[in-house]
Amino acid sequence: MRTPMRRVRGLGAAHSGTKDFWHQRVTSVAGIPLTIALFVIVIALLGRSHAAVVQILGSPIVAIIMLLFIINMVYHMWIGMQEIIIDYVHEDKLKLAGLMANTFFVIAVGLGSAFAILKLSFGV
Amino acid sequence: MAELDAGTTTGSQRPRPLSPHLQVYKLTLSFVMSGFHRISGFTLYFGVLLIAWWLIAAASGPNAYANFEWFMGSLIGRLVLFGYTWALLHHMLGGIRHLIWDTIHGFEPAEREMLALATLIGSVSLTLVIWVVGYLAMGGPR
Repeated sequence: MRTPMRRVRGLGAAHSGTKDFWHQRVTSVAGIPLTIALFVIVIALLGRSHAAVVQILGSPIVAIIMLLFIINMVYHMWIGMQEIIIDYVHEDKLKLAGLMANTFFVIAVGLGSAFAILKLSFGV
Repeated sequence: MAELDAGTTTGSQRPRPLSPHLQVYKLTLSFVMSGFHRISGFTLYFGVLLIAWWLIAAASGPNAYANFEWFMGSLIGRLVLFGYTWALLHHMLGGIRHLIWDTIHGFEPAEREMLALATLIGSVSLTLVIWVVGYLAMGGPR
């Protein structure tokens, strides 16, 4: 006799159990203050010269907030897109390709943005 | 014995019942807002490229930053940024709604519709407030 237990052992379509569900909640809670901070930073920088923007974005507090925002956001995005892919893409090869592309995209965006913030902070 | 998939017929067995999909449910505001939550999340996934472009342009130098500013100042750029602002706020408020539901509160029919309405009104008005504040910070529209 086959029961749904077999599916549970495989830990769902993405093979990662409920860890992603919980991490989506953790990153959504973290995202609330970080998003508010992003709006404050962007509004404070509107219309300023490049030199002023570089100075403010590179200052420790702003740079740390932006780093936290980006890292939190790309992880949240990664889980969310994975959820969308496993909901709508049922063909195995296509699903794996999508999940892989999702990982490539968020790492590229996250690392590129983090590098830019660090360069603004440390100069050269 | 092969495992049965939903909806397939094996031998003498009747097709397994499928759970009903979107079309059998009454269209409610919380239903529509649930869809909006996913759509706004999907949009924000690509919208993050605006933030990445902004940061990388600032780090690259005055010319790259001038290109970014030129695009953002154009009509299309402003529309994209306005859409991004709304999607981000809508997704944030929708997320708060989901966090409330995670505490097992707000599931009564009236509460659900109230939360859905609050998400929509909240995201639209917050977007407008932020753009007004933004324009004021820049010294008026230009």
